[in-house]
Amino acid sequence: MNKELVSPTNFNAFVSKLSDVLVRALDKPLGYAINWGRLWSLWPVHLETACCSVEFGAASSPRYDVERFGIIEAFGSLRMCDLIVVQGTVTRKMAPRLRMVYDQMPEPKYVIAMGACAITGGLYIDSYNVLPGVDGIIPVDVYVPGCPPRPETLIQGTMLLQEKIKRSKIK
Amino acid sequence: MATLEEKIEETRKLGLQVVKEIEEDRLMTLSVGPQHPGSGHFRFTIKVDGDYIVYCDPDPGYVHRGEEKMCEYRNVIQNIPHLERPVIHDSNNITYSYSLAVEDLMGIQVPRRGQFIRAIASELNRQVYTLYWLAIYGIFLGHSTMFMWPAGDRELFIDLLERLTGARVTHAYNIPGGVRNDMPEGFKQRCLDHIRYFEKRLKEYEDIFYNMPLFRQRTEGVAVLSKEDAVKLGVTGSVLRASGIPYDIRKVEPYDVYNEVDFKVQYMKTGDSFARSYVPFLDMKESCNIMRQLLDKMPESGEVRTKLQPNPKGPPGEAYRRVESGRGALGYHIVSDGTPRPYRVKISVGSFRNLLALPYLLVGNKLADMPAVYWSLNYWPVEADR
Amino acid sequence: MSSDKEEQKMKAAKPTKAAGPEKAAPEVAKPAETKPVPAPKPAAPPATAAPPAKQEPEPPAFEKGLAQELVAKFGDAVKILYIRPIRIKVETGPSSIVEVATYLRDSMGFDHAESASGTDYPKENQIEVNYHLGSYTRDDLLANIIVLTTKANRDDPRVPSLIRVYPSVEYHERETYEMLGVYFEGHPRMERFLLPEDWADIPPLRKDFRIKGR
Repeated sequence: MNKELVSPTNFNAFVSKLSDVLVRALDKPLGYAINWGRLWSLWPVHLETACCSVEFGAASSPRYDVERFGIIEAFGSLRMCDLIVVQGTVTRKMAPRLRMVYDQMPEPKYVIAMGACAITGGLYIDSYNVLPGVDGIIPVDVYVPGCPPRPETLIQGTMLLQEKIKRSKIK
Repeated sequence: MATLEEKIEETRKLGLQVVKEIEEDRLMTLSVGPQHPGSGHFRFTIKVDGDYIVYCDPDPGYVHRGEEKMCEYRNVIQNIPHLERPVIHDSNNITYSYSLAVEDLMGIQVPRRGQFIRAIASELNRQVYTLYWLAIYGIFLGHSTMFMWPAGDRELFIDLLERLTGARVTHAYNIPGGVRNDMPEGFKQRCLDHIRYFEKRLKEYEDIFYNMPLFRQRTEGVAVLSKEDAVKLGVTGSVLRASGIPYDIRKVEPYDVYNEVDFKVQYMKTGDSFARSYVPFLDMKESCNIMRQLLDKMPESGEVRTKLQPNPKGPPGEAYRRVESGRGALGYHIVSDGTPRPYRVKISVGSFRNLLALPYLLVGNKLADMPAVYWSLNYWPVEADR
Repeated sequence: MSSDKEEQKMKAAKPTKAAGPEKAAPEVAKPAETKPVPAPKPAAPPATAAPPAKQEPEPPAFEKGLAQELVAKFGDAVKILYIRPIRIKVETGPSSIVEVATYLRDSMGFDHAESASGTDYPKENQIEVNYHLGSYTRDDLLANIIVLTTKANRDDPRVPSLIRVYPSVEYHERETYEMLGVYFEGHPRMERFLLPEDWADIPPLRKDFRIKGR
């Protein structure tokens, strides 16, 4: 019987049945482990969009210390990053670059829209050079309101993102 | 066909930004773009010949939000939250200049206690801005302790400003007519305590950063801006003072109560990157002295604001006022036509003026000197784009 | 010549211009007509012309001396629009602006230009280009700012560039070009600076450019 199972014609069916069993057995713990790894090491891309970057910089300061959540912000290459924090207003000149940066990041990637200008255009909604909200060009996971949001609000936004990652299924 | 060295000399001598196609195969074009750990929200293209930078072309405008146009559609008081966004962590200075210009136009007199509080808030903001600049400078050069220490000490001053105005960075505190509200109780004592602590910290900064041999090697003698060039290029602020010209608007054209404060203008004569990074540090020390004097001389009580009518308007005219901010001279040229909305607001920011020095300073230096030179120019891209 | 025509048009348009200061109206006529005695004139007209509700203070002597020097050298080509403590506004035609700027730099000591910008006046069909000039080296002029302005026709605004006189206006003139459409002749690189590369609209700071919703 074993020989029948492993014969060339049945090989694909055997492997797929085996993989089904494996996936169902390991899905939960492996998924949990992978998500745990992802959410505690969100590395943001070094792209500052506008004035909210000051509060993002202040979030890395010793008082608010976002590094204890795994967000370390000192990288050169964006191929190693998995988080974009759109900090503030996105102008029409910056928009194609933002999209390029988003496209170049490897999966899985997350986006936090920080500040009122990134959500809907904010204070500059009627300006001639400003996009009304960034979710027209990239898909946003978490919206962090404020103008600019306090570093604690940004940390709360990151925690919401972490909850979202915990709930997501890995493929 | 002129050699490369002659072309560089020619560019330097004329002082013009000439786009020349340099027909050499060995030049490589790099784009130090908006996504870069060393550039902020700004892009510049550089052509390198091996390790030496041959040509640099700045490309700002990534944060151009049209401030000058939007000011024409709001009345004079509604413009204040708008105008403080270009430099959100130095917002008291950028609105100070605007308020002074509007008060000139409309003939408003600010009460004395209001003038003192404005000056104190302006000095506190100068410390906040310079500490942030120092933090980013440290991390651009790879000195992460120099990011953590100023960023942490800056929180003390932000605390003080939060007690005074209600917000961490964007205060909307200076309005035409004075300041919005009075100081809380116990503010003066708290301020003096923080200044005392901060002066001790400044000594530590000097030990850990400015006296570090590696920093000195990276910045001393690098990218010297001579006195004549500094005047010709019209740079301002700490870049100008580092090249030997003791020009500070608080001394030259004292506004509000600065003519009652006794302080020295800090300047250095060498004009290299080290001088440009040391002058803001000396400014911070002097700012502590100024704050102590202001807190002493402030009247105990009084009005802080001249209340204006809901849609304030004045006679037609124009006004030009300047203020010394963290980056340099910040001037407003406001033209009014008698309606509550200004006809034209022209903001002259220090960062935009200092940008012109960047191509000339980078040419001839090594690529690795680029962060030290670029950030020593005290350039804040969001403000330059307005 | 076209500059004379422009100056005449400006003189005719002056009394109706709402944006210029009202005290400019009586002052403008005087320096052009009574050249030899400009000194007492700026003080006299406000008392007789009865300005509406704004007191005109006496122009300070030092700035009056500077203005006199300019008028003595250039005569009819410059007009002094106002003289206030540490601020003087000088107007000239586009053809003589380079000369006036060179004189200000070499003989009067204003060695750098703080900024260059423009204002759009669609009612008079003009764009006013102004330069703020300051001094870093002369001790008595440290706080003074001279506003040197010229007017360009709105339909085809072309003004000679001051880049050979003051290298610091390079980026400011580029910005004025893209924001108002004023072409500076002689500038080596007249292209857009702050706006996005695919900007396909009229220059934004003109008054007929309405921002959305207003």
